[in-house]
Amino acid sequence: MTEFDVVIAGGGLTGLAVAAGIGRIGGRVLVIEQERIDRLVEPTFDGRVTAVALGSKRLLDRYGAWDAMAEHAGPILHIEVGEKNSPANVHYDHLDVGQEPFGWIVENRDLRKALIARVDALPSVEVVAGHRIQAFDRTPARITVDLGGRSVSARLLLVTEGRFSRTRAMLGIDTEEWDYHQRALVCTLAHDLPHHGRAVERFFPDGPFAMLPMRGLRSSIVWALEERLAEEVAGLNDGLFLAEVAERFGDALGELELVGPRFSYPLRMVMAERATDERVALVGDALRGIHPIAGQGWNLALRDVDAIVDLVTERLSAGLDPGDAGTLAAYASRRRLDGISMVAITDGITRLFGNDLFPLKLARETGLAVVERLPPLKRLFMRHAMGTLGIGES
Amino acid sequence: MVGNEERKAKRRPAARSKPAGQKPVGQKPGKQEAGGPRPDPALDPREVQKFAALADQWWDPAGPMAPLHAMNPWRIGVIRDAICRQFGGDPAQRTPLVGRSLLDIGCGAGLLCEPMARLGAEVTGIDPAAEVITAARLHAEEQELRIDYREATVADLAAEDRRFDVVTALEVVEHAEDPERLVQEAAACVAEGGLLVVSTIARTNRAWLQAIVAAEYLLRWLPAGTHDWRRFVQPSELARWVRGSGLVVQELRGVTWDARTGRFVDAPRPDVNYLLVAARL
Repeated sequence: MTEFDVVIAGGGLTGLAVAAGIGRIGGRVLVIEQERIDRLVEPTFDGRVTAVALGSKRLLDRYGAWDAMAEHAGPILHIEVGEKNSPANVHYDHLDVGQEPFGWIVENRDLRKALIARVDALPSVEVVAGHRIQAFDRTPARITVDLGGRSVSARLLLVTEGRFSRTRAMLGIDTEEWDYHQRALVCTLAHDLPHHGRAVERFFPDGPFAMLPMRGLRSSIVWALEERLAEEVAGLNDGLFLAEVAERFGDALGELELVGPRFSYPLRMVMAERATDERVALVGDALRGIHPIAGQGWNLALRDVDAIVDLVTERLSAGLDPGDAGTLAAYASRRRLDGISMVAITDGITRLFGNDLFPLKLARETGLAVVERLPPLKRLFMRHAMGTLGIGES
Repeated sequence: MVGNEERKAKRRPAARSKPAGQKPVGQKPGKQEAGGPRPDPALDPREVQKFAALADQWWDPAGPMAPLHAMNPWRIGVIRDAICRQFGGDPAQRTPLVGRSLLDIGCGAGLLCEPMARLGAEVTGIDPAAEVITAARLHAEEQELRIDYREATVADLAAEDRRFDVVTALEVVEHAEDPERLVQEAAACVAEGGLLVVSTIARTNRAWLQAIVAAEYLLRWLPAGTHDWRRFVQPSELARWVRGSGLVVQELRGVTWDARTGRFVDAPRPDVNYLLVAARL
């Protein structure tokens, strides 16, 4: 039986980031991914983009993974939030808070490629693809997992399988779920005119629409719609779909053209009832998957990553047990407040903007206008969006 | 104070039910051979019993030893780095202490012994309280670690004429009846070219406020009565005893709780908890 310090269930972006962080100090890590690795970077596997906030970028840089991402990353220099047909728009300029961009838009497959390359370069990290955990067994000192033919043991099992984690269910950790009855339509567009690093988020009664600046003359659309409407829009041919997009977004980017396939994802909030179990911790979306409205999903996950990597590496380099009750309690308490506040914020925004009642509309417009006129509050909002609150620097 | 007396009273029967309860805790195991009892100046029986009662909770990171669990990463880091400097070795490695023998005096249930063993050292842990030694053995077995635990005092080891590359005595001198003698006996176990590491609490007003008023009475990190301020040792006294034993002081570092990060970090002055590293050249 092979022994590891940490076994990670789930070779997605979050699992790979944890592996890069722990492997960096020579921690022995096994990543278990049920998909084949080559399949993960195919263009049809994941069409999503991720907004990497400034704090997340610094973390990825520390883990030695950012350089390979940087060449594919489009900087966000301006953020515009508002409603169509409404005079109240909030405009954030990155120069109001500093020289660095708010964040970067990176395609998930580029993030994944860079992380896989980084993890491959770490001798103490092993990845097994095409396997999943069949069974597990715990003693006071370790956890043993059965991969169907191969048994491995570790001090700590980290579950990073995303919001619909199988391993979490196997462990008997219940979840609280909220279905928004919305789907997110995601696709990449090429356009004639430069976007100047401008991210635009507009709220409509039937759901929010975001245009995110990618590298070059490309943008990514994230468009959340009520389920039936989403199916209708997803069923449109490319020409009609682009016409709908132009209807929502206008012609600021000139002629629009689809690049690659259109994807559609269900929107659900999932919160695990607890962050840890004996010798186990949930990290990222497996702990709580939030509404993608504020682009905070992976950034929040990376704050989990930061916390667990920090605790595990500190303990490994001191010869301490990285999966004991003390480590797990410290992780749970460090993540509690951050996770809950982000769920509440994004859930609150969704409910507020997903409603067309007049008083709410008025409150929204007033609210946004007030934020625009109060620079200190605005800066706080911006810093929160950039994710520099919460990720430790060192 | 009243609460503490009650707590002690409740634990006492449990401590006595263990086989070791047949002989008074805190006396040397070899005393019969030595021909009749003699008081061990390095040991106060009441102090030993206090910790024996805590043995079962020792490994609970939220239990009475919580401050030691919290301080452990810092002190292990300092000791690991000092050993690597003295003997060569890369502290970034997973087992930088391979080939080093280490004696931990007053090892308790093994909070220092286990990590040191994982870092590669060949560890001997001694404690005069039979109950904690039993707890330490059980835990090490559970953790699949090989550690030589013995119910013994440092005087026993010194008498055996054994020498170790590293001798540690962490948070023990403030519980000793004769701390100077304890330090001398510990120093006697250090091999040529080896290190002695002692940590304790300074006898300052600040230490009284932090280690007793705050830790025992306000925050309740430790049971009231754990520490007696008069037994605290000034860094200058400790350094004098160490030098008197023929060792050279290499390092003196204070440690403090950083509420912002929730960790123990280096303190600007060694005026509360501190750690001293000395070498036998």
